[in-house]
Amino acid sequence: MSGHERAPTPATTPATAAAAEAGTGFAGAPPALRLAGISKNFGGVDALVDVDFEVAPGEIHCLAGENGSGKSTLIKIVSGVYQPNPGGTIEFGGRRYEGLTPGAARRLGVQVIWQDLALFPHLSVAENIAFERNLGLWPRPSRRREMRRTARAMLGRLGFELDLDQPVQSLSIANRQVVAICRALVAEATIVFMDEPTASLTQSETRALLAVVRRLSEAGIAVVFVSHRLVELIEIAERITVLRDSRRVGVFEAGRITHHRLAELMTARALDTTVHARDRAGEEVSLEVRGLGRHGEYEDVSGRLHRGEVLGLTGLLGAGRTEFALSLFGMTRPDAGEIRLDGARLVLGSNRDAIAAGIAYVSEDRLTLGLVQAQSIADNVTVTVIERLRRLRWFIDAERKARTVGDWVRGLSIRIGTPEDPVTTLSGGNQQRVVLAKWLATTPRVLILDSPTVGVDVGARAAIFEIVRDLAERGMAILLISDEVPEVYHNADRILHMRGGRIVGEYRPGETSLETLEEAVYG
Amino acid sequence: MAERGAERGPDPRGGGPRTREHGRGPAGRLRPRLPRLLRPASVEGWLVIVIVVIGASLGLATDTFLSLANLFDLLNISAINLIFAAGLLVVLVAGGIDISFAVGASVVQYLTALTILSLGGGSWVSGIALAMAFGFLLGALNATLIHYFRIISIVVTIATFNVFFGFLMFFTRGVSIYDLPDWWLDRVILFEYETASGDFAEITLPVAATVITVLATWVLLRRLNVGRQLFALGDNPEGARRIGVNVAAMHFIAYGWLGVCAGVAGLMQAHYVQEVVPNALYGRELDVLAAAVLGGARLGGGRGTILGVILGVLLIAITQNGLNLLGISPYAFQMLIGVVLLAAITTTNVSWEEVFGWVRRGRARASRVRVSRA
Repeated sequence: MSGHERAPTPATTPATAAAAEAGTGFAGAPPALRLAGISKNFGGVDALVDVDFEVAPGEIHCLAGENGSGKSTLIKIVSGVYQPNPGGTIEFGGRRYEGLTPGAARRLGVQVIWQDLALFPHLSVAENIAFERNLGLWPRPSRRREMRRTARAMLGRLGFELDLDQPVQSLSIANRQVVAICRALVAEATIVFMDEPTASLTQSETRALLAVVRRLSEAGIAVVFVSHRLVELIEIAERITVLRDSRRVGVFEAGRITHHRLAELMTARALDTTVHARDRAGEEVSLEVRGLGRHGEYEDVSGRLHRGEVLGLTGLLGAGRTEFALSLFGMTRPDAGEIRLDGARLVLGSNRDAIAAGIAYVSEDRLTLGLVQAQSIADNVTVTVIERLRRLRWFIDAERKARTVGDWVRGLSIRIGTPEDPVTTLSGGNQQRVVLAKWLATTPRVLILDSPTVGVDVGARAAIFEIVRDLAERGMAILLISDEVPEVYHNADRILHMRGGRIVGEYRPGETSLETLEEAVYG
Repeated sequence: MAERGAERGPDPRGGGPRTREHGRGPAGRLRPRLPRLLRPASVEGWLVIVIVVIGASLGLATDTFLSLANLFDLLNISAINLIFAAGLLVVLVAGGIDISFAVGASVVQYLTALTILSLGGGSWVSGIALAMAFGFLLGALNATLIHYFRIISIVVTIATFNVFFGFLMFFTRGVSIYDLPDWWLDRVILFEYETASGDFAEITLPVAATVITVLATWVLLRRLNVGRQLFALGDNPEGARRIGVNVAAMHFIAYGWLGVCAGVAGLMQAHYVQEVVPNALYGRELDVLAAAVLGGARLGGGRGTILGVILGVLLIAITQNGLNLLGISPYAFQMLIGVVLLAAITTTNVSWEEVFGWVRRGRARASRVRVSRA
């Protein structure tokens, strides 16, 4: 959060020369991990090219880079999943290792906490933490008491207390993360990789997690932290290694870099941080809600969304933003108040009614709700308008379908192989555009975007907002929901702040500073 | 079922909203609560209640059901299914399913009988050893196909079910074996009690075999490291692989264990009916599967208890026995098994919230609200 206060790094010192300097700060004890000249290619595609990477014992080191920049390949090489091309060196504690296997890496103290955590939802907290004690094929008693003792000790080291007998599936995501970290401690980790651990945490949970990371570091365990939230990276890290296009851009001291600079290094582009807000109050009102409420979710929400306006809706996770949006989209029914579209009262029995009325909703959880992952790009784009592509009543007009898909792929410059490829082959940013295309194909008048940049990297985010502004320019009314305040601040014309199910404030980016808004939302 | 409700309940320690963990919308919100009395803590609790209720009604409706002879008979009849069910539980817990074990047991009966006869007699010791070995081999065949050829277990075992049964009928031409050695046929009565009416209430060898199998399975699943790895594999296969569980070995242990149990069950069944008939066990697989699922074993893995499975088998046996005593057609029982399977699957894989949420959404749709333009 404090990223803005830090002194900006001079723009003249990007590349590797400065990076090498930053690396010398930890000379002395042998590094916990040192990679030198690591390359890896899959067929003709370079995943990593001549990458150096060094982590000191107990250091918190961040790995920054866009999707596809080689972060996961690097983690997989260190954890023994992939073998690097011959020529590079991997050292742990000053000793060189070759032919690393997953088992060998674990024995050397490498632990990776993947985003999905790899826990066992029906097993108890204790068993999840100390599961290692169960491994092996030679039958022996599963020592439950000993496992509980271990689990309690590990939780204690992190300063947490959880019911050891509770099944993990009943825990919050934040607490599951704690369980996963404890498991790494049981394995006597000396270096822990965390792959986007904060992606689905709320602000306060994130703070708690960062505190845990600091504790690990104090205990001499090095932590390599991967995140898309740059402000967070700068807050937690001592040093940051930036990867771009499979190469290392450099190593930077976190205290001497801003998140704008970091974003530029990751994308090799100057980042647009202008405020785009315009005044649209003069336009016709497109969507209006009056005293809308739904028991236990949100209440007394009133407001207007004008044509061509980008209205930001921000607030912490659980503030009722998504619940409110779902009612606008007809997925749930409000029990008080009314919704008006272009001056006419709208009663929505289902989301089909909403689509028919011209409302589109791009859900927050793109991966599970927004896309049919295994199906082709073409099928995903046209799923909302399949009715309109019919020919002879029961058949799909293949030609019109292809034309529709082609139009949207070009219109949103989605980078695809062929329209028949499954959606899974696309990057996060391009998947998000497919979702957008799917909804834009319905020619909506109101577009609700719920956290459109979750899991989308910095460069692709800017592109998505360019599309959003362009749509607004053409008269679409857009409701932009996000818990990342800077994102809303830079892209919305007007911002509503929601807390505890109510609208508690309205801001105009031109008149309010980002700091004030952040203070109001996060404070 | 009620247990599921508890799991989804709000988490006081959770620290933060849990909206991202479960689906949003009406289905996730609605939590109908059953009255406290009707909400035992577990599937096992439910089964005990249902068994007591059915038992009591049958006791009132017939004068034979609650007789000692009938109850012991029930136990003797259930023995084979209990052995099967214990084995099947291990496979279910590990995230698999097996359709082939019952006909597999028939194959084991034949192989054991032919081997024993060609060796000139044998004994219980050699018989059991052979049956277990043949059973393990059949299970290992399933495990090999599932693990090394990466075919899902239901497809593999439907195929091997057909292979085993076809093989059996083809090579035996449907002919039964009657001239089994004496040790195999002689009834072994472990406990006998003459009732006032002159009937004999007996506990026989299959019951002893059941007790041993059930205990061994309990120890495996609850008390041994290997069993915990089986649970982990069923719960999150990728997670298990990553933490270092030997997945191949787990598949061989699970299907091998079921194979061994099926072998023992086959031996006991031949002992019980005094002959080896090629299609005697055909169709048992679904009864046993229904019982296991009814007993709370989760299709998809990671959850299930031996007690639940025992209660499931007993409930089905009692129902069948009761229908018999009441003189109701056996087809009614078959129908019942199907309904039980459906009910169990819908209530274990889909939570009550989802079911009720769906009903509610359905009603909302039925009342057809349209977009009105004033």
